[in-house]
Amino acid sequence: MPLNLLKFALSKRHPEPPFFRQPDYLNPSYEVVIIGGGGHGLATAYYLAKDHGITNVAVLERGYLGGGNTGRNTTIIRSNYLTPEGVAFYDAGVKLWENLSQELDLNLFYSTRGHFTLAHTESAMRTMRWRAEINKKMGVESEVVGPETVKAAIPQIDLSCGGRAPILGALYHKPGSIARHDAVAWGYGRAANRMGVHIFQSTEVTGLEIRQGRIHGVHTRRGMIRTSKVLSAVAGFTPRITQMAGFRTPIVVHPLQACVTEPLKPWLNTIVVSGSLHVYVSQSSRGELVMGASLDPYEVHSTRSTFDFVEGLASHILDLFPFLAGIKVVRQWAGMADMTPDFAPIMGLTPVKGLYLDAGWGTWGFKATPIAGKTMAATIANDKPHALIHAFRLERFRDFELTGEKGAAAVGH
Amino acid sequence: MTQRLPPQPGEWIDRSRTIEFVFEGKTYPAFVGDTVSSALWAMGERVLGRSFKYHRPRGILSHANQDVNVMLEDGTRTNLRGDVLPVEAGMVLKAVNRLGSVERDFYAVLDWLSPFLPVGFYYKTFHRPKALFPFWEGVIRRMAGLGALSPHAPRSETTKRHAYCDVLVVGAGPAGLSAALTASQGGARVILVDENPRIGGTLSYDHGGEKHALDTLRALQARIANEANIRVCVNTTALGYYADHLVPLACPNGLEKVRASKVIIASGAFEQPAVFRNNDLPGVMLGSAAQRLIHRYAVKPCERAVVLAGHDLARRVTLDLIAAGVEIAAYVELRETADCRWAEQRGIPVYRGYCVYEAYGKKSVEGVEVCLWDGQGRADVTRKHRIACDGVVMSVGWAPAAALLYQSGCQMRFDETRQQFLPARLAEGIYAAGRVNGNFGLEAALADGERAARNALGLAIGSDRVDDAGYSHPWPIIDHPRGKNFIDFDEDLQLEDFANAIQESFDNIELLKRFTTVGMGPSQGKHSNMNAIRVLSRIRNQPIAEVGTTTSRPFFHPVPLGLLAGRSFDPERLTPLHAWHLAHEATWVSLGGWQRPAFYGSDRASAIVDEVMAVRTAAGLIDLSTLGKFEIRGPQAGLFLERFYTGHYQNQAIGSTRYAMLLDETGVMVDDGIVARLAEDFYYVTASTSNAAAVYREMTRCQQIWGLDATIINLTGSYGALNLAGPLAPQILAALLSKHRLERLNGAEQLEIAGVVCRLLHVRFVSEIAYEIHAPARAMLALWEAIHSEGAPHGLKPFGIEAQRVLRLEMGHFIIGHDTDGLTHPFEVGLDWALAHDKPDYLGYRSLRILKRKPLKKRLVGFTLTQPPDVLPDECCLVLRDGAIVGRVTSIAHSPTLNRTIGLAYVAAEDAVPGATFVIRHQHGMDILATVVPRPFVGEAR
Ligand SMILES: Cc1cc2nc3c(=O)[nH]c(=O)nc-3n(C[C@H](O)[C@H](O)[C@H](O)COP(=O)(O)OP(=O)(O)OC[C@H]3O[C@@H](n4cnc5c(N)ncnc54)[C@H](O)[C@@H]3O)c2cc1C
Repeated sequence: MPLNLLKFALSKRHPEPPFFRQPDYLNPSYEVVIIGGGGHGLATAYYLAKDHGITNVAVLERGYLGGGNTGRNTTIIRSNYLTPEGVAFYDAGVKLWENLSQELDLNLFYSTRGHFTLAHTESAMRTMRWRAEINKKMGVESEVVGPETVKAAIPQIDLSCGGRAPILGALYHKPGSIARHDAVAWGYGRAANRMGVHIFQSTEVTGLEIRQGRIHGVHTRRGMIRTSKVLSAVAGFTPRITQMAGFRTPIVVHPLQACVTEPLKPWLNTIVVSGSLHVYVSQSSRGELVMGASLDPYEVHSTRSTFDFVEGLASHILDLFPFLAGIKVVRQWAGMADMTPDFAPIMGLTPVKGLYLDAGWGTWGFKATPIAGKTMAATIANDKPHALIHAFRLERFRDFELTGEKGAAAVGH
Repeated sequence: MTQRLPPQPGEWIDRSRTIEFVFEGKTYPAFVGDTVSSALWAMGERVLGRSFKYHRPRGILSHANQDVNVMLEDGTRTNLRGDVLPVEAGMVLKAVNRLGSVERDFYAVLDWLSPFLPVGFYYKTFHRPKALFPFWEGVIRRMAGLGALSPHAPRSETTKRHAYCDVLVVGAGPAGLSAALTASQGGARVILVDENPRIGGTLSYDHGGEKHALDTLRALQARIANEANIRVCVNTTALGYYADHLVPLACPNGLEKVRASKVIIASGAFEQPAVFRNNDLPGVMLGSAAQRLIHRYAVKPCERAVVLAGHDLARRVTLDLIAAGVEIAAYVELRETADCRWAEQRGIPVYRGYCVYEAYGKKSVEGVEVCLWDGQGRADVTRKHRIACDGVVMSVGWAPAAALLYQSGCQMRFDETRQQFLPARLAEGIYAAGRVNGNFGLEAALADGERAARNALGLAIGSDRVDDAGYSHPWPIIDHPRGKNFIDFDEDLQLEDFANAIQESFDNIELLKRFTTVGMGPSQGKHSNMNAIRVLSRIRNQPIAEVGTTTSRPFFHPVPLGLLAGRSFDPERLTPLHAWHLAHEATWVSLGGWQRPAFYGSDRASAIVDEVMAVRTAAGLIDLSTLGKFEIRGPQAGLFLERFYTGHYQNQAIGSTRYAMLLDETGVMVDDGIVARLAEDFYYVTASTSNAAAVYREMTRCQQIWGLDATIINLTGSYGALNLAGPLAPQILAALLSKHRLERLNGAEQLEIAGVVCRLLHVRFVSEIAYEIHAPARAMLALWEAIHSEGAPHGLKPFGIEAQRVLRLEMGHFIIGHDTDGLTHPFEVGLDWALAHDKPDYLGYRSLRILKRKPLKKRLVGFTLTQPPDVLPDECCLVLRDGAIVGRVTSIAHSPTLNRTIGLAYVAAEDAVPGATFVIRHQHGMDILATVVPRPFVGEAR
């Protein structure tokens, strides 16, 4: 047993200090205001303080920390993307993840499991090959493997998928990981708070103060704050903030749902994704199977669950793992995914001077939490986009220079 | 020693049928109708399971589908709950998650180590040194988890049904029964559901030592049985509430999805435990659990009970215990002012204003210590009384079973007098009745059910609540310096865990839940959320109404994946020629939901070569029935197509074909096909197999917006198609034509081939000479066979998808989706000629105008490998230029016609000239030189 557990038993009072102390009042002004206390907002606050010495920062969260998509996501972390720009960015992210528990001194349960994207069709195999080739070229561990490798890693899997969609192979990505989502928000929040960042929960931003194309402050439910730099990191709420700011992005919000089973003894040691069957699953360290599917096909700004989602998901999970038929789903939930046309994020400067955007994280942004925080902090501190996020700038839509992460997913045969 | 009581009126067991089952290696008797927990309890077993974290012995808590510490497995199934699992003869069960046996669980050392493992301990440790985390994670994973999975469990194939009704009543207790009867008498079709094997709810166990409840139940049962309009579903759980009154039901053998005009939620309340040290010892149970054991299963909960009372319903529990012959060792009343004369008159030792400070016992309760307390959690430990007992029956409060109400969007308020969350504003068409609505008394519940039904039917806007009293103690929580006073039994969370978590800033209900995991176990907080809210409210000094609740999410009870999945439904489409291909030994491939011949015979390589060469030297025949096929008719049909596709169609000659390219609004290529004009206002259009549905959807969407005078008819399924290709094709076709002369066959026309009326299109996709022939699906076989028997003597062969891919590659054609991706625009594939620049608008035109001004970065070219390696580069291998990625190979094959390797690839725009060379990064890592060549490749050979 690790020694630091001793202190819990030996001390009379619970020896742990608060994670974050919330000041009673908003200061009238801050150097930087961050809207959104999800992983991205908190990480940005942390790196602003740590990398750039900017600690006069307020993070404003309308609900509770991590209560947006951060606390709803299924925590798959990987870098086997399709565009060189995407691969470089997410790979830098994975490198930050690898030491994050130690850096934040909080066990994030960052667990490297290996990630299989199954292919059930020839065209899916081609896409896997494409991703593998790009990844290898970029120095990221990805390879196309045959069904026998899948079987060796996941002996329980039904390679024939009940005869419906036999598995032809897979893209295997060794660094694929999962983590404990809430802890990521708490860890960044705690570390930022310790360096002097103010964190306010239950503090919704209701308006932006913009004059002559420049940000001057934000209005909140608890009063106004003057500032010349504002970051919007609000995921599914982005359209509301950009509406306040008076410009548009191509973001549309679709619900994304997930569900979780009762805890089981460990049996699944990898992350399994099937694009053709629209399901993915991993087993958390608590033993639950965490499962998700593709995006709901319509735009809705709501986190309501639907029953057909879980019916479809169940059916496809059983194609892969028929013996799970008796395993029970405990709960289902949904988040609001801020989707972009090219499945890449929107990061950087905006038409409003001093207003920065970190959005368009759709179904894939949890893995980017550390690197998005790091690059956005640099972008805010220098008022200049960080080199790694050039491909994600807002103007790419105007300029027809999309960063086609959809290229892998858009065309199915 | 058996604790089975003599027959109880209304009991659920069948004494005429004795069965046996095995638990933890020992054989036990049971009656049909017993649950595993009731049968074991009847035989004097107390330790039925172990807790999740500390592996403490656990027994019966609720006996109402919340006892998740009593989880069992039988070798195939796991995480079965003992309190609801009916005993079946021959079952062999053991408890999950223990090392050794439930009696001697070696993991129980964790209970001693618990001071080292406070709330959230795992966040604070195991990550240093980093290298050891995988080890610790392995340990944690093995310790966590409940049941172990059996990889041999069968996939169940249960059914799914849809059902509709006027009124759905959830819960068949007194309120639900009365609501169902009222609704049915008002003319409504009613579905009444209850998760229990029998209707009755509290009437089946809360008797208060009298006959009245049972008599009421019998009368109600008789009336329900007489109502033809009521469908009663027992053993059925309403899983959740979804938009528009969808309530899926988990029935014993399938799923039923109910859409109801009105939903009456009469789901009752969950009894809540008191929180005191060792409140989890087997033998400590909820009052309702004791009553269930007595009246449903005729099992004596204990011999000598201490009743811990916090409200007036505890009296009924006590009277039931007495009637069952249980000795009441003490009646401990938390409220100092309660009237306990009824108990004193019966000679029961009453401790008024006292609390149970702690329970003690080794593996089950052996006694309790009671002492005076301040009603606020602090006990006066200077004078403790020790009372021996083998059971502690807690009757201190309730929490509404309001999950469906919350999910329907009902606003709840906290009623301080009743100490219960109650509906404040119900969603449209939703009604609440009975305990969930704050009405506990029998008469009140019956009246409330009737009122809810009358409201639902619009018969009256009845007044609201009828019951005044509340039955929940505001603070059934007793501090103890040594802890082990559990709030959440699923997750082994003690009172101090909450204080500690709140101290660590997890001080709102959602954060508290996430940090402590309260309510995240399999019972979803049914017995823990209310007390957690109380603790938070107390520590933060915030009214409960402000603390609020966590979001309620489906499911009401966990539901098996198999039930959700039902029978798997993956339809597969077969072409009208399927039987013919089968008879001719096709090797199949599934494409876009269709089964199609990949090639004929079993030797792939030689089959492809033979099929390709047949097309090049004689003739070939391929089944294209899977193509999208549409008729566009009407005066503005041509205009519609001009807006939809990139080309000109209004000026298209009747009897001609034109290429059709579809873009999305960003100018990306989505699909291509052929437009044939068959008459003045009649066009016939094809789309690729995989995009057929999407193209049709987009056509109808555009037509909605444009409102042109044109009609779109989807013939994809009702028409078949084939392609006859190769130098001998004209000759073969000529032989089958009755009226036409061959020279005229160049564009598109309707004609009769072998007696079948067809549409013939000239399409040069796989060969310079090729005819696409479309005909009604039922005529396809005759058509195909006629062509085949005419051509076979001349060397005609059927060919499959694989040969088709090689043939079109030899012709230099790309396939959208194969040689293009989600960002490819027409300029990159050299399709500038297909884009009209003199039309007012079409899909993607605006984007094209912008794209046209931008310099091209990459282009699709044909290439050949001068020195092909043994293993060809795979499609999707990268094209590099000065070490940077510029493109990729999209198609590559050995051309049997040319006897060399040919392919398509994206290369840097400046390299897109015949003769230029470029580098392909082979999947094995080496770089290979390729040469750009003009297309078509076969033309090059000529
Ligand atoms: C079901 C599901 C599964 C997913 N699975 C994965 C996965 O496996 N891997 C992966 O990488 N990604 C995944 N994602 C995506 C990922 O969760 C998100 O992209 C990521 O968490 C976004 O983080 P964020 O901090 O930007 O946003 P959030 O965590 O949503 O934080 C934004 C915060 O802003 C707050 N806010 C909004 N408006 C205001 C306002 N006006 N004032 C103040 N505060 C405001 C919100 O309350 C919220 O807390 C998944 C998402 C969902 C929904």
